Amino acid sequence: MTSTTTSSPRLTPVQLDALGAEMDAIRQRVLADLGEADADYIHGVVRLQRRLEVAGRALFYLPPAWPLAVAALSVSKILDNMEIGHNVMHGQYDWMGEPGLSSRMYEWDNVCPSEQWRYSHNYIHHTFTNVLGKDRDIGYGILRMDEDQPWHPYYLGNPVYAFLLMVFFEWGVAMHDLEVENIVAGRRSLADNKALHAGIMRKVRRQALKDYVLFPALTGPFFPLTLAGNATANLVRNVWAFNIIFCGHFPAGVATFSEGECEDESRGHWYYRQLLGSANIDGGSLFHLMTGNLSFQVEHHLFPDLPARRYPEISGEVREICERYGLPYNTGPLGKQLLSVARKICRLALPDRRREQPSQAAEQPAAA
Amino acid sequence: MGVLSAVLQSRAAAALASPHSVDRFLEQVNPLWAAHEVRGRVVDVRRETTGVHPVSTLTVQPTSTWRGHRAGQHVQVGVDLPGARRATRCFSVSSAASGPGERFTLTVRAHDDGDERTSLSRHLATAATPGTLLHLSQAGGEFTMHATPATPSPHPVLLISGGSGITPVMSMLRTLLRDGYDGRAGRPVTFLHYARSAAEQIYAEELAAIARFDNHVDVRVVHTGAGGQRFGPAALARLVPGFRDTDTWACGPTGLVQAVQAAYDGSERLRVEHFKAPASPLGAEEAEGETSFARSGLGAANTGETLLAQAEALGLRPQTGCRMGICFSCTTRKTSGTVRDVVTGEESARPDEDVRICVSAPVGSCTVDL
Ligand code: FES
Repeated sequence: MTSTTTSSPRLTPVQLDALGAEMDAIRQRVLADLGEADADYIHGVVRLQRRLEVAGRALFYLPPAWPLAVAALSVSKILDNMEIGHNVMHGQYDWMGEPGLSSRMYEWDNVCPSEQWRYSHNYIHHTFTNVLGKDRDIGYGILRMDEDQPWHPYYLGNPVYAFLLMVFFEWGVAMHDLEVENIVAGRRSLADNKALHAGIMRKVRRQALKDYVLFPALTGPFFPLTLAGNATANLVRNVWAFNIIFCGHFPAGVATFSEGECEDESRGHWYYRQLLGSANIDGGSLFHLMTGNLSFQVEHHLFPDLPARRYPEISGEVREICERYGLPYNTGPLGKQLLSVARKICRLALPDRRREQPSQAAEQPAAA
Repeated sequence: MGVLSAVLQSRAAAALASPHSVDRFLEQVNPLWAAHEVRGRVVDVRRETTGVHPVSTLTVQPTSTWRGHRAGQHVQVGVDLPGARRATRCFSVSSAASGPGERFTLTVRAHDDGDERTSLSRHLATAATPGTLLHLSQAGGEFTMHATPATPSPHPVLLISGGSGITPVMSMLRTLLRDGYDGRAGRPVTFLHYARSAAEQIYAEELAAIARFDNHVDVRVVHTGAGGQRFGPAALARLVPGFRDTDTWACGPTGLVQAVQAAYDGSERLRVEHFKAPASPLGAEEAEGETSFARSGLGAANTGETLLAQAEALGLRPQTGCRMGICFSCTTRKTSGTVRDVVTGEESARPDEDVRICVSAPVGSCTVDL
C-alpha cells in the first residue's frame, strides 16, 4: 500500500526479478572497480575534516575570528558525521582493511554511540525502509510522518516536535534506540534499555567534556565564547543533518509499505521498495559532499555499502532504469524538497480530511 | 620519548581528540608519529634468495611507540597492497632482541597465495622498497628465551628449525652472540636447521661464519632436497645426547614440528611454534574441505552454504541483522581460507579479513573467528 498521493506502479514478480538483476549488475560493476581512487577520496575528506577541526579549535584563541572558528568547526562536524561517519559505518570502506575506516571501529563526533546507531540505522532502517511499524525512522517515534499512522490529538504539536527534533537532532538520534514511544505503549520495558544507557551516558560524557569543558577551559579568558562557539557548531550540524535526512524520505511522492507486503520479499522487491521510499536533492558537488552524498538518497538506499562518491556516477543509470520500468525517481532542489517536507509535517498534525478513502489498496501486495 | 610523548599519551589528550584517537591526528602530519599505534618504515631491503619463492630481509625503523621485542617473538604486519587493500600477516622478528624504538628486521618468504598485487608475503619479499610504510602491532608470543642465554648455566641450548621457521631461532642465536656468548659460559649451543636446498638457504653466509668461529655454537644445516636426512630422533640423539632434557626451541612447518614433538615425548624442555599454512589457492572445488569456527572450537565438513548457515547448523548464534549483506551486523574475522560472496560471486582468499558471514560461502577449507 502506498499511502502518499502518487500511486506507485506495480511490477509483476518477473519484472521485479529483472529489476533486481539490473541493480545487482550495477553493484557488482562498481564493487569490481573499487580501488585507489576511492581510497584517495576518503583519505582526502578525512584530511580536510581533521584540518578544519584543528583550525576551528585554534581560531577560538582569536576572538575576532569567532565566526570563522564556528564555521570551520561546524563544517568539520558535518563532514565527520555525514561523508565520513555515516558512510564508513555503512561498511563502504571495509574492503580497504584500514582499521581507522572500518565500520566496526569508527566512532563519530556525535552523542549517539556508533554501535547503537549501526543497529538502528544499518539494520532496522535500511532493511525495513519505510515499512510502517518496523522502520522507526518514520517519524522517529515522535512525529506523524505518514497518513497511516493513526491521528491522535498529541500530533497537533507535530510542527513543534519537528522543530525541537531539528535543534536537538543528535540527542534525538542518541535516544532513538531507547524506543521511548514503545515504553509508553507498554511494548518495551525500562529494563530492556539498561544496557543501552551505559553506552549513551559514556558517549554523552565524552562529547560534553571536550566541547563544553576542556576546549573552552583551554582558551582561558575566552571560556564563554568558546563554549558558545562549540554549542553553535553542534547546533549547525544538527539543523543541517536533520534537514538533509528529512528530505531523504519524507517529501511528497515517497511511498511507505505495509508489513504484510514485505514478508518474504524478493531481492527485486527490496530494491523496488528502496527506490520508491527515498528522495534525492539536486545540487552541485560541494553540496553533495556536505550532505555526505545523502542527496543521492535513492542510490544510497539501493547500494548502502558502495562508497558514496560513486552515487553521482551511477545515478544516471538508476534514473534510466526507473524510466524503463515506469517508476518515479523522486528528486528536486533543496528548497522544493524542504517545503514539501514542512507541508507534510503541518498537514499531518491535523486529522485526515479525506476519510472517505481509507488506505485504498491496504492489502494489495506489490509482489505476491 | 619524553615530555611530548607523555603529553600525547595522556588521558587529557585522549579526551580532547575524542571520539578519535590522537593517532588519527598525528598520522595526518607524519605517518611515523604515533602516540599509541605502532608503524614502521622500511629503511633497507636485502635479497636473501632468489627463485620461485624469493626471500628478502627488510630493516624496519619503527615509531617511538615500539616497545621492543624478545628473541623469538612475532609481530603483525599490515601493508596497503595495490588497489588500496590492506593485508595483515604475522611474521617473526629475525634480528636480535630490540629495545624501545629500535630498528629490527623481518625476513619474508614469498608464498604462493597470489601475485605481488594480492599476496602480502610476495609483495613484501619482492616489491617492498625503502620508504614502504608498515602498520605494526607490538611484538607478541611466548616462544622466547626467558633468561639471557649468555647467562652462565650448565644447561645447553638446542635450536631446531625448518624453512622460514629459521627466523625466530635466528633472532635467539643473534641475541646470544650479540650479548657476549662466547662458549665460556659452559653452555653449548646446537643450531640444527633443515632447508630444501642450498639455493633456498637463508642466512647461509652468516651461519657459515658463526660455524667457523670458536664460540661453542655447533651449526648443522641439512639440505633435504640434496639427499640430507630428514629429522629423526636417532640422528638427534647422536648430535645431542639426552636431548629430551635439553632446553629446546623448535620452529618450522607443521610436519617438522610434529616430528620433533613426537621425539620429545611430552618433555617440558621443548617449546615449539609452527606457522599457519598459506591460504588455500583460489579455484578449489565448491563444497570441499572443512569449515572451522575457531573460538567455539566447532567444525564440520563444508556444505557449501553460507558461513552463517553453517555456523547456525552447528548451534552457534552469531550476531546478525538483515541476513542479506547490507547491514554489516554479522561481520566476522576470517582467519584463513577462501570465501565467495554469494551475491556478487567474488572470491577472496586474504587471511585475517573481515567478512559478512551471511553472504559468504567458503570455497574449500575455511576458518572464522566464531
Ligand atoms: S546480517 Fe546484515 S550483513 Fe550480514
